[in-house]
Amino acid sequence: MKNDDPNIRWVEEPEMTFLEKTYLPLFLDGLTTTARHLVGRKITVQFPEERHHFPEPLRYRGVHRLNRDEQGRVKCVACFLCATACPAHCIDIEAAPSPWPDREKYPVRFNIDELRCIFCGMCEEACPVNAIELTTLYDLSGHSREEMIFDKEKLLSVYDQTKDAEPPLWMLEKAARSGSTAGDSGAHNGGAGDFGGGPSAAAS
Amino acid sequence: MPKAYIDGREIELRPGERLNGIQAAARAGIEIPHYCWHPGLSVVGSCRMCLVEVGTRDAESGRIIMLPKLMPACNTPIKDGTVLVTNSEKVARARAMVEEDLLLRHPIDCSICDKAGECRLQDYHFQYGQGERRAEIRPFTSRKRDLGDVTLFIDRCVMCGRCVRFTREVSGSSELLVIRRGAQEEIDVLSDLPLHNPLSGNVVDLCPVGALADKDFLYKQRVWYLRRSPGVCTLCATGCSIWVEQNQDRVYRIKPRENPAVNQWWICNAGRYGYPLVHDPRRLRGVTRRGGGSAVPLDGNVFSREIPQQLRAAGKLALVLSPFLTVEEAYLACLWIRGLDAAAEITVGPIPREGDDQRFPGGFVISAEKCPNRLGVEEIAAHFRPNGRSYAEWLEAAGRGEFGGIWVAGGYVRPWIDEAAAARMRHARLLVVQDLFPSPVSDGADYVLAAAAFAETEGSYVNARHRLQTARRAVRPPLDNRPAGPLFWELLGRSGLYDPRRVLSEVAAEITYFSAASGEIPDVGIDLRVDRLAEVAPRPGTV
Repeated sequence: MKNDDPNIRWVEEPEMTFLEKTYLPLFLDGLTTTARHLVGRKITVQFPEERHHFPEPLRYRGVHRLNRDEQGRVKCVACFLCATACPAHCIDIEAAPSPWPDREKYPVRFNIDELRCIFCGMCEEACPVNAIELTTLYDLSGHSREEMIFDKEKLLSVYDQTKDAEPPLWMLEKAARSGSTAGDSGAHNGGAGDFGGGPSAAAS
Repeated sequence: MPKAYIDGREIELRPGERLNGIQAAARAGIEIPHYCWHPGLSVVGSCRMCLVEVGTRDAESGRIIMLPKLMPACNTPIKDGTVLVTNSEKVARARAMVEEDLLLRHPIDCSICDKAGECRLQDYHFQYGQGERRAEIRPFTSRKRDLGDVTLFIDRCVMCGRCVRFTREVSGSSELLVIRRGAQEEIDVLSDLPLHNPLSGNVVDLCPVGALADKDFLYKQRVWYLRRSPGVCTLCATGCSIWVEQNQDRVYRIKPRENPAVNQWWICNAGRYGYPLVHDPRRLRGVTRRGGGSAVPLDGNVFSREIPQQLRAAGKLALVLSPFLTVEEAYLACLWIRGLDAAAEITVGPIPREGDDQRFPGGFVISAEKCPNRLGVEEIAAHFRPNGRSYAEWLEAAGRGEFGGIWVAGGYVRPWIDEAAAARMRHARLLVVQDLFPSPVSDGADYVLAAAAFAETEGSYVNARHRLQTARRAVRPPLDNRPAGPLFWELLGRSGLYDPRRVLSEVAAEITYFSAASGEIPDVGIDLRVDRLAEVAPRPGTV
């Protein structure tokens, strides 16, 4: 578009009045805003002393955790879908046949490079068994890069730390299922499929 | 010319050609889904996935008469005037029904199944299955059964029976069988006769679903991470066409590459599970200068600067070519050594052999000669040194101290030389050894170079039936390694990067035996005897 284009409408800045030239009304206007915030409701948090409260912890995307199942074993089935979905390629898994009779595959190694992670939550979304979840821990720090590569034990310990404050989705879903009637069990059919059921679960 | 009609498309049949519906449709560019049919096995028509409408067209009147019922395309021989319809509503419904039936008893544990990503059941379900299920299906864990060489996930099986037919028709060992009937059918073996034969790994490739799992590959990688390059198996003189599948420079599995002239659809277990040698920690690394009991790592550039002078000063030279080298590497090595010493002796190292050729009922042969390129390397050696001495005679001469400098271009995958032979070679003033693994001869050498393993090399091999095939490089060799091809390319003072294709066309122009390899080498390789037959055989019409 050129300067002389007929579609351009040129407007001139209006002339300032005498009062406006003193800048007093604007000055008072600004001071009013400051005064309102001085006496109004506080929304900032005094961070290290006070911590932010998350009304819906499942929605926040902080440090990862690897959930445990009811028997305290890692819930992950090592399907690599989180690693596949990860746009930052920060998840590294090594799988093996599981030592338990009711499970087929499990991760012997599960590393997340927290420095490389962009906290997008795709891993959480991809997980077919809700084993990886992002917690509300947001003040993440370490002394070295190596320390920031979280291994399986570390990720499980994050779960142990946070499971009471923010229960995992599988626990919430189970509570919801046992609370409601059997009619809506079909709704959980697709997502919360559990490969720990054994052939008997298929028959039920 | 007889004609058949697939979905309105006309295809021509060559005289005497026997095609079934699936093959004919493939020629017209139409895919007919199938589980149980495989071009290398007999037809059973048991999966019912390839059901199509079949009819005949009268050549004179042009009238088409269709059969009332759907027929399996795999068991429908195509003849003049055959009409197939694969895109009708009736066919689509039949396919969706087959898919629904298979999924009723399937564990749908795709997220932990090794086949996910290359599974027929998955692919066909998305392509031909119905959008929603009528039965309530919950994922569950499949039962497992150890069949011997492979693991069976019983509940994932779709009972196509390919594996059973393979053991009966191709490997001839007949270990696998079907037990029980109907919905209780399962694949099994007799308790004292587990699946154990030199071709058993192929049943994993044949399995269209995740029922038969490779014990070696189980849970190592998800298949969508793997990248494949066409290669040639170097573990015997059959030279099977293979796919080398890797992720981040690590080979995870070897799969057969279809080649009707060599291995058809199969490879043997030795080739399939032989890849760990590429990542063997005992492999030689880099370039080292040895002497006085110590080994000093050497910069590759320093080596290529100082070695020509050292060899020239050493006196009469000799070159030992291993049958594991590619045609291009052997050619460049000979060219270079002859440039240093025009009278240099060239010999071919020992040819590893094990027992006799193993032949299978399906026509597959595992060669007794456990190297990929004896014919190619021998031809090259004979070109540069006609009437050269055999390895045994040459070794005698080396023992007498006839040679001042010996270059061993190895690459052997197994121990190949004993202490006595190595001691004879040490009579030379300068001994340079390039090999994969430490051996008595590398222990006593002045310079030791690491060779490249098969997946790290690009080049051509000539198999036992004079077929030249080209392998692509699948993974990069370790950084400090100087593989034979690029090394001799550099030593010859050639500019740019090592280009095996250019070398091969040079070889084809120079040596009559290789003359057929002058142009582009097709994926299935090229028979080097083609040109010779033309020389000897009378031309049609001239007799």
